[in-house]
Amino acid sequence: MNDIVQTFDIQAIRAQFPILSEKIRGKDLVFLDSAASAQKPRAVIDAMVHAMEHQYANIHRGLHWMSERTTEAYELTRDAAARLLNANDRSEIVFVRNSTEAINLVAHSYGRALMKPGQAVIISAMEHHANIVPWQMLRDSHGIELRIAPITDAGELDMAAFEALLSDGRVGLVAITHMSNVLGSYTPAERIAALAHEYGAKVFFDGSQAVVHRRIDVQALGADFYCFTGHKLYGPTGIGVLWGRRELLDAMPPFLGGGDMISSVSFEHSTWADTPHKFEAGTPAIIEGIGLHAAIEFMESIGYPAIAAHEAALTDHALARMSAIEGITIIGRAQDRGGVISFTLDRAHAHDVATLLDRQGIAVRAGQHCAEPLMRRLNLDSTARASFGIYTTHEEIDALAATLSRIREFFA
Amino acid sequence: MFEDVRDLYNAAILERGRRPHHMARLESFDATAKGDNPMCGDRVTVWVKFAPNGTIAQTGFDARGCEISKASADLMVEAVQGHAPADTRAMFERFRTMARSGECPACAAFAPLKPLAAVHAYPSRVKCATLPWHALLAALDGAANATSES
Repeated sequence: MNDIVQTFDIQAIRAQFPILSEKIRGKDLVFLDSAASAQKPRAVIDAMVHAMEHQYANIHRGLHWMSERTTEAYELTRDAAARLLNANDRSEIVFVRNSTEAINLVAHSYGRALMKPGQAVIISAMEHHANIVPWQMLRDSHGIELRIAPITDAGELDMAAFEALLSDGRVGLVAITHMSNVLGSYTPAERIAALAHEYGAKVFFDGSQAVVHRRIDVQALGADFYCFTGHKLYGPTGIGVLWGRRELLDAMPPFLGGGDMISSVSFEHSTWADTPHKFEAGTPAIIEGIGLHAAIEFMESIGYPAIAAHEAALTDHALARMSAIEGITIIGRAQDRGGVISFTLDRAHAHDVATLLDRQGIAVRAGQHCAEPLMRRLNLDSTARASFGIYTTHEEIDALAATLSRIREFFA
Repeated sequence: MFEDVRDLYNAAILERGRRPHHMARLESFDATAKGDNPMCGDRVTVWVKFAPNGTIAQTGFDARGCEISKASADLMVEAVQGHAPADTRAMFERFRTMARSGECPACAAFAPLKPLAAVHAYPSRVKCATLPWHALLAALDGAANATSES
């Protein structure tokens, strides 16, 4: 199904993404909004169409050929996800709709059942709203204190302040991004996990951005929970993964109730299926799950060393080119950073920048990037953000930089 | 390079967006409200002073946002000057129709707003143009805050 790409041949990779040959108002599409959602390779599209055309029925319940084959295909995704994250066991992979649902699941199930009122959750000052609001809901419903680990002006987690927040031993869980969707900063996950464990806290990484660019080994990181969403990983929307240590998942009650998550049901009492199925109520996103398998195989076919090297080279090139533009401010200067670059221009508001770029076929995001508290911390109302994918080229970054200079002239 | 955006980024919008004529807090006012666009971060505050007959005597605003939202706020101030609150609401409905469709119903009545007609060709920017109006209407209604999705 996949064309195996042995070396990083950018044109061969781009050829696998049909949408990249689209024209926007007659101009080549320069898609620099992959951090919001990535484009889909042929293998993902074909896998989903193939399932619908040749191999589809509801799963986990049919005794017929189609159901058995579809169940098999869907469950292979669990193996692929376990491989992707180096999970200890496939049963540690819980399918969810997206990272938002994964975080809500942990906040609801782990937070309400295994944390006690008076305990605290630490998040950071550079979280996506998805990793803020569920914890606020837990705080308000369950008497959990919410602590915010500050960031430095460079956009890095302030590790001394983070450790200080842990020091009273009341923190039950640290829930933190592995890569900022605004600043592009990677967080030092191993150090965060080691510190959290030293003070008796579990640690949950939101890997929505990081898994796109770097090999994730949840065991090496020392994580307790990790999540990502399929659609940023060149897969479909509607499917994501929560990984958790088996003993934690086993101790947690279900999140949603319904079919597929039970062992037996009577009107007096129901018992739950085993991990991970007790967290997977209702008919899941079957087609999307099969699509995610293709996306993971696509990543594996290229290999993370090449993916990470491409991202690093693009980021270096973009920082060099963009920093040379007069009047630009690059937001965040973390030492360990990746292909998500937020910026402001002195003469033009981010929305106007995005609109004018769009007219040249260049897609960026502008606004608060679902990170309003971070914007406040940075004293900004909005930024424009260019984010890179596996298909992004140096020439596209050059086009961005050249157009930004022209935009600045336009607003002179 | 950007000739095709001159319909929206025309001389009037660029002038008003860069150097708004009415971007100032009123010293004394009868009503005020904030408009907030949480998705994009635009913020506008509007202050209104009424004449003895209940019409709008003076409007001032403060805005942090794009050229379109600032220009729209600035043009709005002139358009609503001397109008009763009910007229102002009706004017907003016509303005919103124009911003969404490009059609300009009863255009003579608010010719000053015509420079914004092209925003309909930029669907994601319509809410930038309507945000100040949502804030103004919230002030007229005695509400403190408004949000704008379009």
